[in-house]
Amino acid sequence: MTNMIEAIGVRKHFGSNQVLKGIDLTVSRGEVLCLLGPSGSGKSTFLRCINHLEIIDGGRLYVDGSLMGFEEHGGKLHEMKLSAIAKQRADIGMVFQRFNLFPHLTALENIIEAPVGVRGVSKSEAVARAKDLLEQVGLSDKADHFPAQLSGGQQQRVAIARALAMEPKLMLFDEPTSALDPELVGDVLDVMRKLAESGMTMIVVTHEIGFAREVADRVVFMDGGVVVEQGSPAQVIDNPQNERTKAFINSVL
Amino acid sequence: MSDQRHTNDVVVKLKHPWRWISAALLVLIGGAFVYSLVSSPNINHDIIFKYLFNGKVIDAAILTVVLTIVSMTIGTILAVIFAVMRLSANPILKAIAVLYVGFFRGTPLLLQIVFWGYLGIIYPTIQLGIPFTDVVWFSEKTSLVLTSITAGIIALSLNEGAYAAEIVRAGILSVDAGQTEAAKSLGMSSGYTLRRIVLPQAMRVIIPPMGNEFISMLKSTSLLQVVSVMELYARTSQISSQNLAQVELLVVAGFWYLVMTTVLSWPQSYLEKRYGRGFQPSGSGNRWFGLNRKVSA
Ligand SMILES: Nc1ncnc2c1ncn2[C@@H]1O[C@H](COP(=O)(O)OP(=O)(O)OP(=O)(O)O)[C@@H](O)[C@H]1O
Ligand SMILES: [Mg+2]
Repeated sequence: MTNMIEAIGVRKHFGSNQVLKGIDLTVSRGEVLCLLGPSGSGKSTFLRCINHLEIIDGGRLYVDGSLMGFEEHGGKLHEMKLSAIAKQRADIGMVFQRFNLFPHLTALENIIEAPVGVRGVSKSEAVARAKDLLEQVGLSDKADHFPAQLSGGQQQRVAIARALAMEPKLMLFDEPTSALDPELVGDVLDVMRKLAESGMTMIVVTHEIGFAREVADRVVFMDGGVVVEQGSPAQVIDNPQNERTKAFINSVL
Repeated sequence: MSDQRHTNDVVVKLKHPWRWISAALLVLIGGAFVYSLVSSPNINHDIIFKYLFNGKVIDAAILTVVLTIVSMTIGTILAVIFAVMRLSANPILKAIAVLYVGFFRGTPLLLQIVFWGYLGIIYPTIQLGIPFTDVVWFSEKTSLVLTSITAGIIALSLNEGAYAAEIVRAGILSVDAGQTEAAKSLGMSSGYTLRRIVLPQAMRVIIPPMGNEFISMLKSTSLLQVVSVMELYARTSQISSQNLAQVELLVVAGFWYLVMTTVLSWPQSYLEKRYGRGFQPSGSGNRWFGLNRKVSA
């Protein structure tokens, strides 16, 4: 059985700024991986490469055994058609720092939009599933609220439900709690913890060291566009070997 | 003392004396103007009433409304197409859109109307076939295909498309880039994202200036008189050239233009409500000028 993610020497630059300098990383099925690193180290860029929101310019990136955004034949990489890329993305859930809920749709409508419009699920089926998901994230009573009528923590939980409605095989979280007031962080982390326990494969970029220590199967520390150190939370957070990791952990603890 | 609840206190609302004073002033000026028209011995009121509901005038007013709605609809569709082309990554599509907007905004509408009206002189016949061969599927005299009404609608639509393209583009740009990212991450195609996510949000920004465009279009139809389309202005000036009651027929035309602009602006507030769904009012109003930004009740 293949790994969920296989990144081999992934490189990405913006102009003259080499942001990812060859990332090697594998994530197995059901694994929860927390990605730590200082600002500007390329964490978001790497996550965005995984679902092809950014196009990598070197290396290989496999998700569930297939190359993201490219097809390989005749020894060459061919760019995929946009519709094929969209199909790949539909199987990968993403949660953003600033939620990015659709403001003109209610919580429920946010959740059913893609299943109905992209997957072709019947509306009644999608609604039933959306209500289920809202209950899982503790927001059954907010189905008909618009995003502007919800707190940040509630919006983020709706955003998680929206991603889950596509029944993704992999979930990417980019600092999901960084934009939240401290008292709202807990509810979102609880939802993510439950999701992790249910066996979802997750990559979480976060500054919540407590969450990483408790939930992560593996912690990866990135700096300057490369993976500097990785291992169990106990190894990387409590007993880091690399100097840069030590300095970073000290600064956030 | 501060614990006490002032449940029985009488609240005196803030007074707005200037609102009343300015309203009174307006009524006074308006009233004086209407009175001057009504009482003027130089205006024949019987002629006004005779032509106000005259069949030809009413037909012309209906034609004006039809021309406005048809041209506005085609213009808006063109606007969306060219706005999207302008924003696309494809340099050729982008260049076409820039040229289109530049050309049709850069020349007077009157000139464009005359151009389309006289197209039959430049190209006496219209043919559809394979260029530089003898294969012709369709051939017809231009004047039969391109009637003055068709020419007028083409001119107004193309011109409107160029102006409204910029309005639509501004609307699309007003939508946060995170919306497109989220839509992509859910597997939505770019067409679906535009239709279901971006445009519905852009509508909030697009509708108010488009309301303006609509009114402006209604009045621009009067320019079609130069290619002898019998819309409202052409009809009333034709009548006045015969009975020499110029001012009276201007009053008739003005009356109907006002009625039409008023009625046609009603749907705007409905549309604003419809697309303001989910967006919180940004403050309940401006204290000094009584500005009310509320979009949904
Ligand atoms: N679209 C872009 N165009 C140009 N430069 C970019 C773009 N996106 C990211 N960068 C640059 O790439 C570098 C890495 O950015 P990235 O957002 O991946 O960092 P990060 O590790 O997520 O940081 P943070 O913790 O602040 O979110 C930064 O120097 C940033 O300026
Ligand atoms: Mg980031």
